[in-house]
Amino acid sequence: MTTLAITTATLPNRIAALLRGDARHFQIVALASLLVFNLGWIDFGAKPLNSLLAILSALATQWLCTRIWRVPALDLRSPLITGLSLSLLLRADAPWVLAAAAAIAIASKFVLRIDGKHIWNPAGFAIVVLLLALPGHVWISPGQWGTSAWLVTLLAFAAFMVLNAARRGDVALFFLACQGALLVARALRLGDPLTIPLHQLQSGALLIFAFFMISDPRTTPDSRIGRFMFALAVALLAYWLAFSWQMRPALYMALIALSPLTVLLDRLFPAGRFAWRAPEHQGVA
Amino acid sequence: MTAKTPCKDPRNRRRRLKSTVAAIAIAAQLVWQVGPAFAFCGFYVAQADAKLFNRSSKVVLARDGNKTAITMASDYEGEPREFAVVIPVPTFIERKQIGVVEMKTIDHIDAYTAPRLVEYFDPDPCMTMEPRVAMSAARPALMTAPTRPVDRGAIHGVTIEASYDVGEYDVQILSAQQSDGLAAWLTENGYRIPPGAGAVLASYIKQDMHFFVAKVNLGRMQLMGHAYLRPLQVRYESAKFMLPLRLGTVNANGPQDLLIYALGRNGRVEATNYRTVKMQTGMDVPLYVKDDFGKIYKAAFDQAVEDADMRAVFTEYAWDMGWCDPCAGAPMTNKELVELGARWIGSDDNSPYYGYRGGADVYVTRLHVRYDAAHFPEDLALMETHDRDSFQVRYVLRHPWRGPATCFNAAAYRDQLQARFKEEAKNLSYLTGGSVADIQKRMAETGEPIRTR
Repeated sequence: MTTLAITTATLPNRIAALLRGDARHFQIVALASLLVFNLGWIDFGAKPLNSLLAILSALATQWLCTRIWRVPALDLRSPLITGLSLSLLLRADAPWVLAAAAAIAIASKFVLRIDGKHIWNPAGFAIVVLLLALPGHVWISPGQWGTSAWLVTLLAFAAFMVLNAARRGDVALFFLACQGALLVARALRLGDPLTIPLHQLQSGALLIFAFFMISDPRTTPDSRIGRFMFALAVALLAYWLAFSWQMRPALYMALIALSPLTVLLDRLFPAGRFAWRAPEHQGVA
Repeated sequence: MTAKTPCKDPRNRRRRLKSTVAAIAIAAQLVWQVGPAFAFCGFYVAQADAKLFNRSSKVVLARDGNKTAITMASDYEGEPREFAVVIPVPTFIERKQIGVVEMKTIDHIDAYTAPRLVEYFDPDPCMTMEPRVAMSAARPALMTAPTRPVDRGAIHGVTIEASYDVGEYDVQILSAQQSDGLAAWLTENGYRIPPGAGAVLASYIKQDMHFFVAKVNLGRMQLMGHAYLRPLQVRYESAKFMLPLRLGTVNANGPQDLLIYALGRNGRVEATNYRTVKMQTGMDVPLYVKDDFGKIYKAAFDQAVEDADMRAVFTEYAWDMGWCDPCAGAPMTNKELVELGARWIGSDDNSPYYGYRGGADVYVTRLHVRYDAAHFPEDLALMETHDRDSFQVRYVLRHPWRGPATCFNAAAYRDQLQARFKEEAKNLSYLTGGSVADIQKRMAETGEPIRTR
């Protein structure tokens, strides 16, 4: 009886400690929950085989690159996040494309680096590369998430936990504020009812982008002012691409096009480099 | 056990014919049941006090790159002389970009993509034989009337960019500079525009949209001998792939239904700013569904809309045009597809469209949406995906063996039937939200009794 009581009392604490230790744990839980929802209850469009291949390919590529670049520690949390993100976001007409996407995503982290920091969010980079390279095979479905209140709440909660733990949540909020201001300004200019920008802001796709893509602490500027400028630039470019060019994956295109700006902003406004955990664990993650 | 009735197998011709008739009947029933009329993409601007309703409509969209053909069939039931419609279009439209399409072509694509029933007949449980399967299912008419000289004038900043005679319609292409000019111009010209339309028109004007205003020319209509208004088609090139729903919600009397038949070269079409959901499909349902399929499918659709809180677009069919299985209608001909805007197929003869299975150059998606201003505040934005998986709404009827069966297996078969009947009742209740008890009662009356013990 005593043993059991001790175990049940400490388990929640241990889980809390685990989650607090690294923001990626929250992210993995949030993304995996969405994938489980997708596969079990509500079809957001992710397919089991495609998801499995994306995740396995991401893990395998991380392992391989760790060996090639002789990184001392193999950390599988980041590739797991990339694999889950690709499963949820990228659609393709053949499962192998998802495996290729995951390999491109992870390899990009090791190859495309400046000042010891990778430039592009791996999943976002792979999505844009494939949209440009294989336009006849891949697409993203921005409407798939809908605007359900429960999903919006769940995403907001998960995001709060992730961003709080990563201490870089401001970039997502900056971005949403800029995007919201642009959409409301557009509605006011056109004389449209505010239900239109509200509907656009409730989009699950927008929230996922804000909470799990642009807020990637490894590929955003180190300083707060830099992050604000970056979020504003991405929102402006995405708005222009979406409304003037009718480009559907405007958010991803804008993010990837402007990510190199991070290097410049880091030099203009230097600040402490982000690490997922304590410095001794720094590797390529 | 699957129902294999490929379109191109001549042995299935009779069966297909029967199916076609059934499918058309079902489609007609569905339209009748959703209400008397609608007007989606634009709004009716009556010139008299006729009762106008916006309740349901059909739109065919054909898209090849940025080239779009949009064909609009309304179920307008008022006097033709009172018909007038305003539709926003993204570009200036020349005469050659407008046409009239025969209603029967739209009826054909509707029947071809309609939700369907498949029937299976149980074999004699005392014999071993193959089950029998049956199935039931649920040219651009460009006129050569001379084009009038372009009438240009500016009233309230409204420019009549062009006026065309198109079949039984007089069409004007308008552009406007002042946001409130168009509403004022329409009112001054005798059009009765619904309250609230002015604000929506102003929004489109600021987005540099042009306006297509069509009204009926009774003289030409009588000359041509048409008793009804034919669907109008507009073709344009624009990156915008959308349907302007907002104007249609302005004078709507409750939610409206819109059926979209999208023809493209790549794959399934879906909405980008609303969730696209596949309708429930593939379930075994009670036999009596066959007698009342239109009504029951409507109940199933109502239920699906309710489950999605009216915030989804429903896919009812998504399939490579090169084949179908089972076919709910005869294959579309090249001529019909070209008439509907699929001008890329390379032939416009009367032979059935043929593409190699799985790789045909035409892919059709049938989307069904019920919308109102509260749940669909924004126009419907669409995109073509590369998903070429096959999807259809198809429910299964399994006829029990009705002949004598006295062998040892017969008792086990009867037990299986009981389990099957219960499952069918449960499925139908799940689909339509009806009570299982009511369904079982009706099943008992129609030869599928469920024993209480």
